Amino acid sequence: MSNQITGAQSLVNALEQAGVDVMFGIPGGAILPAYDPIYDSKIRHILVRHEQGAGHAATGYAQATGRVGVCIATSGPGATNLVTPLADAQMDSVPIVAITGQVPGPAIGTDAFQEADIRGVTMPITKHNYLVTNPLDIPKAIAEAFYIANSGRPGPVLVDIAKDALQKMTDYHYPTSINLRGYKPQTEPSSQSIRDAAALIAQSVKPVFYIGGGVIKANAAKELLKLAELVGAPVVTTLMARGAFPDSHHQHLGMPGMHGTVAAVTALQKADLLITLGARFDDRVTGKLSTFAVNAKIIHADIDPAEIGKNRHADVPIIGDLGPTIRALIPAVEAEFKKNQPDLTTWWRQMGSLREKYPLGYNEPADGSLSPQYVIERIGAITGPDGIYVAGVGQHQMWASQFVKYEKPRTWLNSGGLGTMGYAVPAAMGAKVGSPDTPVWAIDGDGCFQMTNQELVTCALNNIPIKVAIINNESLGMVRQWQSLFYQQRYSNTDLHSKRIPDFAKLAEAMGCVGLRCDSKSDVDKIIKEANAINDAPVVVDFNVHRDAMVWPMVAAGTSNDDIMIAKEMAPDWDSQEL
Amino acid sequence: MAQHTLSVLVENSPGVLARVASLFSRRGYNIDSLAVGPTENPEVSRMTIVLNLEGHALDQVSAQLFKLVNVIGIQEMKSTNSRQRELLMVKVSSSGTRNEIEALAKKFNGQIVEESSDSVVVEAVGISKDLASLLTELGKYGVKELVQSGLIAIEIGDTTLAERTLQETGLATSESHSQTEDYQN
Repeated sequence: MSNQITGAQSLVNALEQAGVDVMFGIPGGAILPAYDPIYDSKIRHILVRHEQGAGHAATGYAQATGRVGVCIATSGPGATNLVTPLADAQMDSVPIVAITGQVPGPAIGTDAFQEADIRGVTMPITKHNYLVTNPLDIPKAIAEAFYIANSGRPGPVLVDIAKDALQKMTDYHYPTSINLRGYKPQTEPSSQSIRDAAALIAQSVKPVFYIGGGVIKANAAKELLKLAELVGAPVVTTLMARGAFPDSHHQHLGMPGMHGTVAAVTALQKADLLITLGARFDDRVTGKLSTFAVNAKIIHADIDPAEIGKNRHADVPIIGDLGPTIRALIPAVEAEFKKNQPDLTTWWRQMGSLREKYPLGYNEPADGSLSPQYVIERIGAITGPDGIYVAGVGQHQMWASQFVKYEKPRTWLNSGGLGTMGYAVPAAMGAKVGSPDTPVWAIDGDGCFQMTNQELVTCALNNIPIKVAIINNESLGMVRQWQSLFYQQRYSNTDLHSKRIPDFAKLAEAMGCVGLRCDSKSDVDKIIKEANAINDAPVVVDFNVHRDAMVWPMVAAGTSNDDIMIAKEMAPDWDSQEL
Repeated sequence: MAQHTLSVLVENSPGVLARVASLFSRRGYNIDSLAVGPTENPEVSRMTIVLNLEGHALDQVSAQLFKLVNVIGIQEMKSTNSRQRELLMVKVSSSGTRNEIEALAKKFNGQIVEESSDSVVVEAVGISKDLASLLTELGKYGVKELVQSGLIAIEIGDTTLAERTLQETGLATSESHSQTEDYQN
C-alpha cells in the first residue's frame, strides 16, 4: 500500500510523463483534488480568466509549436465553457487534450451540483473522449488521449475524471505502449497510389497544387517545396495552409476560395489536375461544388480516409501521412518525367497574366481615414516573416491572410473551419507561451476582441507579452459587408459603436497592458514599431479604420467560383484572357 | 434501393452506442434498424445496422464510422454472403379464427406462443420480406400490437468478422469499401 498515490497525483504524474510543460486552466470543485499536486508539479499552470480562453490558448500553443496543447477545467460550466474551443480544434484538426473534473462517481446521473454530461456533449466535437471513474484507469486514459490527439489526423481529446477517482488511492502504471485495436492510422501511402499519382502528374498540362492545412500538421513544407519545384505547377494555399509554401515563391498564386485571388481561384477552375495535399474541398474553397474545377482530375492525399470522396470524387486517392507521401511522390514523378515531362508554358502564360492583371489590392478611403488593409499590411511588413500572426474571424482575418506575407509554416494561426470570433487573443496567448522569443501579433476585430479580451489580464500577470491590433471599424464588419451587398445596406444589429465605447486603450491599461491608439496613416509605422519595441507587457493598439472597407475578391456564398467578383458588381475581364 | 446492412464490431465500453448514433444523426444517415448484442468475446459487442443511404455513398459512411476510436471492424453483409434474420412478435385478434391464424403462422415457420380470450401472439423468425408478407396476411384478422427486432446477420462460411479485424487494422472495412451493390433481402 505504501506505493499508492491519489488519483490526482496519478493524473499529474501522467501529464508529466506525457511531456506536458504547460497547461491553461481554472480550478473548481470537481477538479480541485488535481490542483493540489499541480501546485508542486514542474508543469507550468497558467490561470486563465475564462475556460474558453484556456481552450483557445491550448490550440494556439499547439498550432504554433506542433505539440499537444493542454487545458483543464472543472465540471459543469467549466467543462461546457470548453465546448467552443473543442469544436474549433476539431474543425481545424488541432491536437489538444482537455482535462475536466466530473462530479463524484456515485453522483453522476443525479443532476448533482455542477454536473454536466460533458462526455456526451463533446462526442460530436472531439476526436475521442473518456469518462474515468476508476483511479487505476487515469494514466492509461491520459496516455491514450495524447496519442490519439497527436497521431493520424490530429484533433481534440477530452478526459473527464470523476472527483472521487481523483481522491482515491491507487497504483500508478503509465502504459509503455499503446495498442488501440480500433485506431491504427495508416501513415505510409500505398506504392500503387503513388505510381498512379505520378503518372497523372506526367500527363497534365494544367496542374495545380491545392494545398491545405494538412501540410503544416504533417511538418511537410520542405518536402512540398521540393515537389512543387520539381513539377513546376502553380501552387495555391488555403486559409489553413498559409505559410505552408512561401508567399514570395514565383509559383505561388495565393489563397483560393471565397476571398481568394483571381489567379488562385481561376487556376483551380481551369486546371486539368488538382494535386490536393491535406485539403478537404471545403465549401469556402469550392464555391458551388457542382461547378468546381469541372475539367480536373483529382489526386487527393490525406491521412484521413473519410476525407477521400467526401465532397469530391478522387481519381487517385492517397491515404497516408503527407511527409512520407510527398517523399515518395518526388522520385516517382522524377521517374515519370524522364519518360515525359509536360510543357506548362501555355498554362503559366495564362496564370501569370491573371496574376499580373488582378493582384490583391485595395483603395484608400476617399475621406482620408485609415485603411484597414494598409494597417495589416504594415504590421506584416514591419514585423516580418518570423513573427506569428493570429487572427479572429471576419474581414480582418481575410485581410490578414491576404496582406501579411507568410514564408514559413506555423506563423499564421486562425479559426478556419468553425470561424470562432474571439479566437485571436487567447490563441495568441497560447502561441506566445509556446514560442516566447517570437513576436506574436493578434490581428483582431473590435467585435471579436470584446468576446475574449479578458485573457489580456492573464497575459499581463504571467509575462506573456503579446501584441494586439484591434482593427476597429466599429462594426461586425463581415456581416456589415454582406448587408451592404445582399441586404440593401440595412445594417441590422451590426453597429458596435466601438469608437465611442469602450475606450480600448484605457481598457488595455486597466488590464495591465500598454494601450495605444492610431487614427492616421502617417502614425501607423511609428506605432507598430513602438508596439514591437515593448517586450515587458502586452500591447493593445486601437486602429481606428474606415468602416466601409470591403474584402475583395469575393465569391458569394453558394455561387460558382466562375462568378468571382473583384469589386462590387465587377467581374474580371474574362474576354481579354485566353483560358 | 439504397439499403445496406453493416456488421460493426465495437469495443464493449460505455457510450459506444451513443457515439455511433450521434455520428449517424449528425451526418444525416438514416438507420432503418439497429441490433446490438454481445459476441463470443466479452470485450467486443456487435452492431448490425440496416441503413437507408439516399444520397450518401456506403464508402463514406463506412469511413466515417471507422474513424470512431471504439469501432474495431466493419463489413457489409449481403444476402449472398450472409444469413440474415429478424424476429417478429405480433398480437392478433383471434375470435373464432385461431386455427386459421395458426395455419398462416406455420406457413411462415412461425407459431402461436401466447393465447388469451380474444387474441393470440404470433412469433416468427425470418427475413424482412417474408415477415412483411406474414404481417400483411395477419392484417385481415386485426393486428393489435406489433414488435419487431432489428436485423442480425452472420457471414456464411468458415471465416469470421472478428478473425479479420481484431488482430489487424479492420481490413474488412477496406473490403466493404468497394462493395456498393444494393442490398437485397
